[in-house]
Amino acid sequence: MTRKKRWYDYLWIWPILYFALGFFNILFAWLGMIDFLLPLFIAIIGGNKFFCNRLCGRGQLFAVLPRALKCSRQKPAPAWLSSRRFRYAFLLFFLTMFGNIVHQTCLVYGGAKSLSEVVKLFWTFRVPWDWAYTAGATSDWIAEFSFGFYSLMLTSTLIGLIVMALYRPRTWCSFCPMGCMTQLICEIKSRGEQPD
Amino acid sequence: MASKFFAEVNRKRCVSCGACTRECPRGAIRVWKGRYSIVDPLLCIGCGKCKQTCPADCIELKLREGGA
Ligand code: SF4
Ligand code: SF4
Ligand code: SF4
Repeated sequence: MTRKKRWYDYLWIWPILYFALGFFNILFAWLGMIDFLLPLFIAIIGGNKFFCNRLCGRGQLFAVLPRALKCSRQKPAPAWLSSRRFRYAFLLFFLTMFGNIVHQTCLVYGGAKSLSEVVKLFWTFRVPWDWAYTAGATSDWIAEFSFGFYSLMLTSTLIGLIVMALYRPRTWCSFCPMGCMTQLICEIKSRGEQPD
Repeated sequence: MASKFFAEVNRKRCVSCGACTRECPRGAIRVWKGRYSIVDPLLCIGCGKCKQTCPADCIELKLREGGA
Protein backbone atom coordinates (compact mmCIF):
# COMPACT_ATOMS: atom_id res chain seq x y z
CA MET A 1 0.00 0.00 0.00
CA THR A 2 1.84 3.08 -1.20
CA ARG A 3 0.32 6.36 -0.12
CA LYS A 4 -1.04 8.47 -2.97
CA LYS A 5 1.03 11.62 -3.51
CA ARG A 6 -0.64 14.79 -2.31
CA TRP A 7 0.15 18.39 -3.14
CA TYR A 8 2.03 18.78 0.11
CA ASP A 9 4.44 15.99 -0.79
CA TYR A 10 6.17 18.43 -3.10
CA LEU A 11 6.87 21.11 -0.50
CA TRP A 12 10.59 20.21 -0.49
CA ILE A 13 10.70 22.71 -3.35
CA TRP A 14 9.88 25.49 -0.89
CA PRO A 15 13.27 25.77 0.92
CA ILE A 16 15.10 25.71 -2.44
CA LEU A 17 12.85 28.48 -3.74
CA TYR A 18 13.23 30.41 -0.49
CA PHE A 19 17.03 30.45 -0.57
CA ALA A 20 17.06 31.25 -4.30
CA LEU A 21 14.72 34.21 -3.82
CA GLY A 22 16.75 35.49 -0.87
CA PHE A 23 19.93 35.17 -2.89
CA PHE A 24 18.64 37.75 -5.34
CA ASN A 25 16.53 39.85 -3.02
CA ILE A 26 17.07 39.57 0.71
CA LEU A 27 13.64 40.99 1.51
CA PHE A 28 12.13 37.60 0.58
CA ALA A 29 13.70 36.34 3.82
CA TRP A 30 10.57 37.55 5.60
CA LEU A 31 8.65 34.69 3.95
CA GLY A 32 10.56 32.40 6.32
CA MET A 33 8.31 33.66 9.09
CA ILE A 34 5.71 31.25 7.67
CA ASP A 35 7.95 28.36 8.76
CA PHE A 36 8.22 29.95 12.16
CA LEU A 37 4.59 30.88 12.82
CA LEU A 38 2.58 28.20 10.98
CA PRO A 39 3.90 25.21 13.02
CA LEU A 40 3.23 27.12 16.25
CA PHE A 41 -0.24 28.10 15.09
CA ILE A 42 -1.11 24.50 14.11
CA ALA A 43 0.24 23.13 17.40
CA ILE A 44 -1.57 25.71 19.54
CA ILE A 45 -4.91 25.50 17.70
CA GLY A 46 -4.90 21.90 16.49
CA GLY A 47 -2.77 20.27 19.18
CA ASN A 48 -0.81 18.30 16.58
CA LYS A 49 2.37 18.35 14.51
CA PHE A 50 0.69 18.37 11.11
CA PHE A 51 3.32 20.88 10.02
CA CYS A 52 6.26 18.54 10.80
CA ASN A 53 4.39 15.44 9.73
CA ARG A 54 3.13 16.74 6.38
CA LEU A 55 3.92 20.34 5.51
CA CYS A 56 7.54 21.03 6.37
CA GLY A 57 9.55 21.50 3.20
CA ARG A 58 12.85 21.36 5.01
CA GLY A 59 12.13 17.99 6.60
CA GLN A 60 11.06 16.71 3.18
CA LEU A 61 14.18 18.08 1.51
CA PHE A 62 16.38 16.13 3.94
CA ALA A 63 14.46 12.98 3.01
CA VAL A 64 14.34 13.62 -0.75
CA LEU A 65 18.02 14.53 -1.30
CA PRO A 66 19.55 11.28 -0.01
CA ARG A 67 17.00 9.31 -2.03
CA ALA A 68 18.03 11.10 -5.21
CA LEU A 69 21.74 11.59 -4.60
CA LYS A 70 22.65 8.82 -2.14
CA CYS A 71 24.32 11.42 0.02
CA SER A 72 23.58 10.07 3.49
CA ARG A 73 25.51 7.48 5.45
CA GLN A 74 22.16 6.31 6.89
CA LYS A 75 23.79 5.67 10.29
CA PRO A 76 22.02 6.25 13.60
CA ALA A 77 23.09 9.54 15.19
CA PRO A 78 24.54 9.64 18.73
CA ALA A 79 21.69 9.34 21.23
CA TRP A 80 22.50 12.63 22.98
CA LEU A 81 21.55 14.53 19.81
CA SER A 82 17.89 13.59 20.30
CA SER A 83 17.94 13.71 24.09
CA ARG A 84 15.56 16.08 25.86
CA ARG A 85 18.43 17.90 27.49
CA PHE A 86 20.20 18.71 24.23
CA ARG A 87 16.97 19.56 22.41
CA TYR A 88 15.89 22.04 25.09
CA ALA A 89 19.35 23.59 25.24
CA PHE A 90 19.42 23.97 21.45
CA LEU A 91 15.91 25.45 21.49
CA LEU A 92 16.99 27.98 24.09
CA PHE A 93 20.08 28.86 22.08
CA PHE A 94 18.00 29.28 18.94
CA LEU A 95 15.44 31.49 20.62
CA THR A 96 18.26 33.61 22.05
CA MET A 97 19.73 34.01 18.58
CA PHE A 98 16.32 34.95 17.23
CA GLY A 99 15.96 37.45 20.08
CA ASN A 100 19.30 38.93 19.06
CA ILE A 101 18.06 39.42 15.48
CA VAL A 102 15.03 41.27 16.82
CA HIS A 103 17.31 43.35 19.09
CA GLN A 104 19.62 44.31 16.20
CA THR A 105 16.54 45.21 14.14
CA CYS A 106 15.34 47.50 16.96
CA LEU A 107 18.76 49.16 17.14
CA VAL A 108 18.66 49.90 13.41
CA TYR A 109 15.08 51.14 13.74
CA GLY A 110 16.13 53.50 16.53
CA GLY A 111 19.16 54.73 14.57
CA ALA A 112 21.67 53.36 17.11
CA LYS A 113 23.22 51.04 14.52
CA SER A 114 23.57 51.10 10.77
CA LEU A 115 22.34 48.36 8.44
CA SER A 116 24.85 45.55 7.86
CA GLU A 117 24.43 43.92 4.49
CA VAL A 118 26.00 40.60 5.44
CA VAL A 119 24.80 37.06 5.98
CA LYS A 120 26.31 35.55 9.10
CA LEU A 121 26.88 31.80 8.83
CA PHE A 122 27.07 29.62 11.94
CA TRP A 123 26.75 32.83 13.97
CA THR A 124 30.43 33.51 13.17
CA PHE A 125 31.36 33.90 9.50
CA ARG A 126 30.28 37.16 7.89
CA VAL A 127 29.58 36.69 4.18
CA PRO A 128 29.05 39.87 2.12
CA TRP A 129 25.58 39.73 0.54
CA ASP A 130 25.14 43.33 -0.64
CA TRP A 131 24.02 42.43 -4.20
CA ALA A 132 20.75 41.20 -2.73
CA TYR A 133 19.70 44.63 -1.49
CA THR A 134 19.55 48.09 -2.99
CA ALA A 135 20.11 50.68 -0.26
CA GLY A 136 17.03 52.74 0.34
CA ALA A 137 14.67 50.22 -1.30
CA THR A 138 12.83 50.02 2.00
CA SER A 139 13.34 51.01 5.64
CA ASP A 140 16.71 49.86 6.94
CA TRP A 141 15.22 47.91 9.84
CA ILE A 142 13.17 45.77 7.43
CA ALA A 143 16.36 44.90 5.55
CA GLU A 144 18.30 44.32 8.80
CA PHE A 145 15.77 41.72 9.92
CA SER A 146 15.90 40.12 6.46
CA PHE A 147 19.68 39.63 6.61
CA GLY A 148 19.49 38.28 10.16
CA PHE A 149 16.62 35.90 9.53
CA TYR A 150 18.06 34.64 6.25
CA SER A 151 21.32 33.92 8.12
CA LEU A 152 19.43 31.89 10.72
CA MET A 153 17.52 29.93 8.07
CA LEU A 154 20.64 29.25 6.00
CA THR A 155 22.73 28.24 9.01
CA SER A 156 20.12 25.83 10.33
CA THR A 157 19.67 24.30 6.87
CA LEU A 158 23.44 23.83 6.53
CA ILE A 159 23.58 22.11 9.93
CA GLY A 160 20.66 19.95 8.77
CA LEU A 161 22.50 19.03 5.56
CA ILE A 162 25.66 18.11 7.49
CA VAL A 163 23.83 15.77 9.89
CA MET A 164 21.79 14.44 6.96
CA ALA A 165 25.04 13.38 5.28
CA LEU A 166 26.65 12.03 8.46
CA TYR A 167 23.70 10.18 9.96
CA ARG A 168 20.13 9.40 8.93
CA PRO A 169 18.48 11.75 6.41
CA ARG A 170 16.15 13.52 8.84
CA THR A 171 18.54 13.74 11.80
CA TRP A 172 18.02 17.51 11.94
CA CYS A 173 14.39 16.82 12.89
CA SER A 174 15.51 15.06 16.07
CA PHE A 175 16.77 18.35 17.51
CA CYS A 176 15.06 20.99 15.33
CA PRO A 177 13.91 23.85 17.59
CA MET A 178 10.55 24.14 15.82
CA GLY A 179 9.92 20.41 16.14
CA CYS A 180 10.89 20.56 19.80
CA MET A 181 8.75 23.58 20.55
CA THR A 182 5.66 22.18 18.80
CA GLN A 183 6.05 18.81 20.54
CA LEU A 184 6.18 20.63 23.88
CA ILE A 185 3.00 22.55 23.06
CA CYS A 186 1.25 19.31 22.04
CA GLU A 187 2.35 17.64 25.27
CA ILE A 188 0.95 20.47 27.34
CA LYS A 189 -2.30 20.48 25.35
CA SER A 190 -2.98 16.77 25.80
CA ARG A 191 -1.62 16.45 29.33
CA GLY A 192 -2.94 13.39 31.15
CA GLU A 193 -4.42 11.81 28.00
CA GLN A 194 -3.46 8.39 26.74
CA PRO A 195 -3.94 6.86 23.27
CA ASP A 196 -6.79 4.28 23.09
CA MET B 1 2.41 -11.05 4.65
CA ALA B 2 2.69 -11.02 8.43
CA SER B 3 6.07 -11.62 10.00
CA LYS B 4 6.96 -12.69 13.48
CA PHE B 5 8.14 -9.17 14.26
CA PHE B 6 6.32 -5.94 14.96
CA ALA B 7 7.55 -2.41 15.58
CA GLU B 8 7.47 -0.74 18.97
CA VAL B 9 8.23 2.94 19.65
CA ASN B 10 10.08 4.18 22.72
CA ARG B 11 7.66 7.01 23.50
CA LYS B 12 10.10 8.81 25.79
CA ARG B 13 12.61 9.19 22.96
CA CYS B 14 10.24 9.85 20.04
CA VAL B 15 10.44 13.41 18.71
CA SER B 16 7.14 13.11 16.78
CA CYS B 17 8.72 14.15 13.48
CA GLY B 18 6.59 11.70 11.49
CA ALA B 19 9.46 10.44 9.32
CA CYS B 20 8.41 6.85 10.10
CA THR B 21 4.80 7.43 9.03
CA ARG B 22 5.94 8.41 5.55
CA GLU B 23 7.88 5.18 5.06
CA CYS B 24 5.47 2.59 6.42
CA PRO B 25 4.06 0.50 3.56
CA ARG B 26 0.99 -0.43 5.63
CA GLY B 27 0.01 2.83 7.25
CA ALA B 28 0.56 1.04 10.55
CA ILE B 29 2.33 3.85 12.37
CA ARG B 30 0.99 7.33 13.15
CA VAL B 31 1.89 10.28 15.34
CA TRP B 32 -0.49 10.57 18.28
CA LYS B 33 -1.48 14.15 19.10
CA GLY B 34 1.93 15.51 18.14
CA ARG B 35 3.56 13.67 21.05
CA TYR B 36 4.88 10.32 19.87
CA SER B 37 4.30 7.62 17.31
CA ILE B 38 2.15 4.58 17.94
CA VAL B 39 2.07 1.35 15.96
CA ASP B 40 -1.00 -0.73 15.19
CA PRO B 41 0.42 -4.23 15.73
CA LEU B 42 -2.40 -5.75 13.70
CA LEU B 43 -1.38 -3.79 10.60
CA CYS B 44 2.39 -3.90 11.14
CA ILE B 45 4.25 -6.52 9.11
CA GLY B 46 7.57 -5.97 10.88
CA CYS B 47 9.39 -4.80 7.75
CA GLY B 48 11.59 -2.40 9.76
CA LYS B 49 11.34 0.53 7.33
CA CYS B 50 10.24 2.83 10.14
CA LYS B 51 13.17 1.72 12.28
CA GLN B 52 15.67 2.41 9.50
CA THR B 53 14.37 5.91 8.93
CA CYS B 54 13.83 7.10 12.52
CA PRO B 55 16.26 9.96 13.23
CA ALA B 56 15.94 9.46 16.98
CA ASP B 57 16.58 5.72 16.61
CA CYS B 58 13.70 4.98 18.97
CA ILE B 59 11.95 2.08 17.20
CA GLU B 60 12.63 -1.56 18.02
CA LEU B 61 11.40 -4.68 16.27
CA LYS B 62 9.93 -7.06 18.80
CA LEU B 63 9.14 -10.72 18.45
CA ARG B 64 5.42 -11.43 18.51
CA GLU B 65 4.16 -13.72 21.22
CA GLY B 66 4.29 -17.25 19.89
CA GLY B 67 6.28 -16.02 16.88
CA ALA B 68 9.57 -17.64 17.78
S1 SF4 C 1 11.37 18.93 13.04
FE1 SF4 C 1 11.85 20.92 12.06
S2 SF4 C 1 12.73 20.43 10.06
FE2 SF4 C 1 11.79 18.56 10.85
S3 SF4 C 1 9.76 18.54 9.97
FE3 SF4 C 1 9.56 19.59 11.95
S4 SF4 C 1 9.86 21.78 11.59
FE4 SF4 C 1 10.54 20.65 9.77
S1 SF4 D 1 7.78 -2.29 10.79
FE1 SF4 D 1 7.09 -1.81 8.70
S2 SF4 D 1 4.88 -2.19 8.76
FE2 SF4 D 1 5.55 -2.07 10.89
S3 SF4 D 1 5.19 0.06 11.43
FE3 SF4 D 1 7.32 -0.11 10.76
S4 SF4 D 1 7.26 0.42 8.58
FE4 SF4 D 1 5.14 -0.04 9.21
S1 SF4 E 1 10.59 8.64 13.03
FE1 SF4 E 1 11.11 8.10 15.16
S2 SF4 E 1 11.16 10.06 16.21
FE2 SF4 E 1 10.10 10.44 14.29
S3 SF4 E 1 7.92 10.14 14.80
FE3 SF4 E 1 8.67 8.17 14.07
S4 SF4 E 1 9.27 7.07 15.94
FE4 SF4 E 1 9.10 9.23 16.49
